[in-house]
Amino acid sequence: MNKKVLLIEDEPNIIEAVSFILMRDGWEVKTHSNGHDAMDAVRRREADIVILDVMLPGRSGFDILKDIRSDPALGDTPVLMLTARGQDKDREMAERVGANRFMTKPFSNADVLDAVRALVAEHE
Amino acid sequence: MSEDGRIPVFVERKTYRRRRMADAARMLPMLGAMLFCLPLLWAIDEEPRTALTMFYLFLVWVGLCVVSAVISAHLPTEADNSQTEDQTEGP
Amino acid sequence: MASLNALAIVCVLYVVVLFSVAFAADRAALHGRGAWLRSPIVYTLSLSIYCTAWTFYGAVGFAVRSGLEYVTIYLGPTLIMIGWWWTLRKMVRVGRSQRITSIADLISSRYGKSNTLAVFVTLLAVIGTTPYIALQLQSVTLSFQIFAENDLLQRQTVSQQSIAFWVAGGLAVFTILFGTRNLDANERHHGVVMAIALEAVVKLFALLAVGVFVVWGLSGGIGETLARIDASPIKNFEVSGSRWVGLTMLSAAAFICLPRMFQVMVVENEDESHLRTAAWAFPAYLMAMSLFVVPIAAVGLEKLPSASNPDLFVLTLPLQEGQDGLAILSFLGGFSSATSMVIVAAIALSTMVSNHIVMPIWLWMSGGTAMVSGDVRNVALLARRISIAGIVFLGYLYFRVSGGGAALAAIGLISFVGVAQFLPALMGGLFWRGANRVGALAGLVTGAAIWLYSLFLPSFGDTFLMPQHVIEHGPLGIDWLRPQALFGTEGLDPIVHAFMWSVFLNTLVFLVVSLLSFPRPVERLQGAQFVNVFQHSGTAGTWSGGLAQSEDLLIMSQRIMGPAEAQALFSEAAKRQGIAGLLPEPTPDFLQELERVLSGSVGAATAHAMISQIVGGATVSVEDLMAVADETAQIMEYSSRLEAKTEEQARTARQLREANDKLTQLSVQKDAFLSQISHELRTPMTSIRAFSEIMRDTEGLTEDEQNKYSSIIHDEAVRLTRLLDDLLDLSVLENAQVLLNWQSGTLEEVLDRAVSAAGGSDPDFQIDRLPQREHFELRSDLDRLAQVFINLISNARKYCDAKDPVLKIRAKRSDDRLIIDFIDNGSGIPMDKQTLIFEKFSRIGETKAGGAGLGLAICREVMARLSGAITYLPGQKGAAFRVTVPIDSPSVKAAG
Repeated sequence: MNKKVLLIEDEPNIIEAVSFILMRDGWEVKTHSNGHDAMDAVRRREADIVILDVMLPGRSGFDILKDIRSDPALGDTPVLMLTARGQDKDREMAERVGANRFMTKPFSNADVLDAVRALVAEHE
Repeated sequence: MSEDGRIPVFVERKTYRRRRMADAARMLPMLGAMLFCLPLLWAIDEEPRTALTMFYLFLVWVGLCVVSAVISAHLPTEADNSQTEDQTEGP
Repeated sequence: MASLNALAIVCVLYVVVLFSVAFAADRAALHGRGAWLRSPIVYTLSLSIYCTAWTFYGAVGFAVRSGLEYVTIYLGPTLIMIGWWWTLRKMVRVGRSQRITSIADLISSRYGKSNTLAVFVTLLAVIGTTPYIALQLQSVTLSFQIFAENDLLQRQTVSQQSIAFWVAGGLAVFTILFGTRNLDANERHHGVVMAIALEAVVKLFALLAVGVFVVWGLSGGIGETLARIDASPIKNFEVSGSRWVGLTMLSAAAFICLPRMFQVMVVENEDESHLRTAAWAFPAYLMAMSLFVVPIAAVGLEKLPSASNPDLFVLTLPLQEGQDGLAILSFLGGFSSATSMVIVAAIALSTMVSNHIVMPIWLWMSGGTAMVSGDVRNVALLARRISIAGIVFLGYLYFRVSGGGAALAAIGLISFVGVAQFLPALMGGLFWRGANRVGALAGLVTGAAIWLYSLFLPSFGDTFLMPQHVIEHGPLGIDWLRPQALFGTEGLDPIVHAFMWSVFLNTLVFLVVSLLSFPRPVERLQGAQFVNVFQHSGTAGTWSGGLAQSEDLLIMSQRIMGPAEAQALFSEAAKRQGIAGLLPEPTPDFLQELERVLSGSVGAATAHAMISQIVGGATVSVEDLMAVADETAQIMEYSSRLEAKTEEQARTARQLREANDKLTQLSVQKDAFLSQISHELRTPMTSIRAFSEIMRDTEGLTEDEQNKYSSIIHDEAVRLTRLLDDLLDLSVLENAQVLLNWQSGTLEEVLDRAVSAAGGSDPDFQIDRLPQREHFELRSDLDRLAQVFINLISNARKYCDAKDPVLKIRAKRSDDRLIIDFIDNGSGIPMDKQTLIFEKFSRIGETKAGGAGLGLAICREVMARLSGAITYLPGQKGAAFRVTVPIDSPSVKAAG
């Protein structure tokens, strides 16, 4: 059975690009595009890995990550964070709330793929 | 220099005149009241003719209007410092 | 014989002319034309409402009965006028600097804005003026009847009552139409003043014409006329000294105190210097009015049947001699005298009644929430209109009830004595700082009571209120309380008797009570301002602000003065304080100015009460301060200086804190902006990079996929470019390197363009415009202007959170600028954000609606380049922006 990725991101073009790359590599990709009910999506999808944007409409990615980490059922799901702001304090913030990996947009497709594979492998 | 010295004196005199005009404006109604009451004194012995009194009253009346017009034109203006306008006039 | 129909036609034509003159003058004033409307001659002529029908017709009757004595009625005003430097100058200055609306307002304002005093003065004025209005109606009716009696065909068709009714109705309509067009007393009644100036000319001309006809037409020259006077029963100057002096003083007092005289002399005064002209021109007018009175009286006595009414000689003499044209002219003169008096008296009284009686009651009933809930402006106008109708109707009622008999003819002087009761409070208020409210009230009550007791009530003869036996023997037979011989002063003329006692005791009580009682602090402040008005036409602070909310004040003022005037006043004050935008600091100076302006609309006491409600207890603190300071002059001096200093410091600290807050906020925003810009640039770049890598690395992409991905890359590249363009645009604008493209066009075209570019009006987002009010030609960079409009419209589309969003666009012209307001019905922008929205890094809310927060910043820069401005308009329901743009920008700027 394919591994499942949940992509939470609000830019339709980026969703399309990331989904394309991951599906080509054999992953099952689910997407979600706002912050309000992102936690519901995380619980429902039971993904092996979550790719989370920082700036989401409705709720910040950091807050969502905090919720994931404090939820016992999801606690150790690997999370890859994406941000377009690329400032050091964002990176620090991401590490503090427990992101496994942090990537700045624009990213290379190969890096994303590598990071996702590595995180899932680490987790298992 | 001599001209500079003269202007303030001139201004002062002018201001002085304006102040006295204000005094005159204050006195005018009293003068008027006195003149208007004068016919009462004529009436003490025998009553004077209406026509004559009428002439007298209207003459006083016209006189007061004229004097009032002259005084009003020369009364101090709003701020009472009309130095610029004074300087344009010759001594 | 002159036909009644001809008279009716002339009369109607004359009324039409009056309406047109008033209408034209109002229009001219509205458009800023017609400096002649404000000439000193018009002012002088408007004063002639002193000469009512009672003087027009009655002077001759007066002369027939008592010879030359009638001139006393004109001598008093003459003396006051030539002595204008004493009193009138001060009254006019106080009236203008304190925005006084009526004599009741002046007295109330002087004595600590006391509404009790205002109500009392108003009531007394109404009691004194109503019979006088009835007298005017009577004179018109009588003169009509004279014509009717001569016109055999029509004799039975007109009743006295119906004439009076129609005249009263017409006057009420005219007065409401032209007297309540606007609310602020400062916006004067140009139409009314112009009409009464015209009437002044007509009545003078008519009386002179009759006089010339009598002297040269009937008598055959001056010498002959003098001979006829000598042969008449009034050949001798037989007057009593007391009446001569007493009536002169009475008419002088009435001239100052009559509400209608106060209206034209002080309230309608455009310019203090007009008094200079009036100082000689008005006495000359009075002289001309009285010139031919004795000749007309003498010749009338000789030529007319002994039973004819001497009060109508001016009319009956030409009729008797068959001079119909002259008779009609004379009728118009009397008609003019009557109507102008009624019109101005109704305006003056209605202002008093509505400001001091109706408005306070209404405010009280609405529980002090007036400034928030209701439209005070409309209520005040309505109150004034109803008061006008009420007052004219009261006059008509009095006329009907009194039956128009001889009692009415005597009412002129009785009314004079009534209003003369204001004199001590008025003069004391202007010249004596020790005068206070309790004293003024006690004096007024005393004077009014004596007037009622010794003159007004006995004037009706034997009535229930004042039975004959009381008049003859005093109440309960107490001899020295006989109404017309108080304290044993027998043998005096009743008028002089009542005048002497009422004003004497009024003054005495006023002085003694003032000396014994202690004024409230507000009274003392007002007293100083009134008495020393020439030293400081400025002010001494009454309000300590700080607590007042400028926005609340603005909302209240908009309701009273109308939005445009209120906003102009506020932004002017803000500009003087060096603050951008519409809301000035509520400094004491500003509050005082505002109170004065408002009192022009609703009267001093009401304005004071309304501001106190918003400022909340600020007056108390001043009063407390003053009460403490009353101990000694030094303490007062010291503590008020201290107060001023701490206030000043507090204000400076507040301003510094605000500046600091703004800087901190700006710095935070700048960081936020940088990461925002980073985000806005990186997002499209992410898509471009990802898809170009896909296209490079993936084999076997279908043609559709290739097309799709390359167009995504293209779109994202365009998005990047647009963002960069905005940034560049802003930086160019900020550095003033922009080239403007000056074109001419109409505002309507620019708005059309902007609306369609911003997506037009649809059910989800309605744009409410008035295209017929947008026909303004302007010369500007129309593309840039459209850019600003597009931005405002799309902002409203994006951010307006109402269920059915509507954007209202309204344009108007103000001098050489166009003002365009964009007002939506959403929840608006909170106070703390209003100062920041035009800063370039700001965005309101967290919405990712597209822009990077540059739109309004660009708008502001564009408007600055166009020599205009864009500001946030507080105090509206939703978000509101005001764009101001010059109609024709100076061509010099085009080069820059």
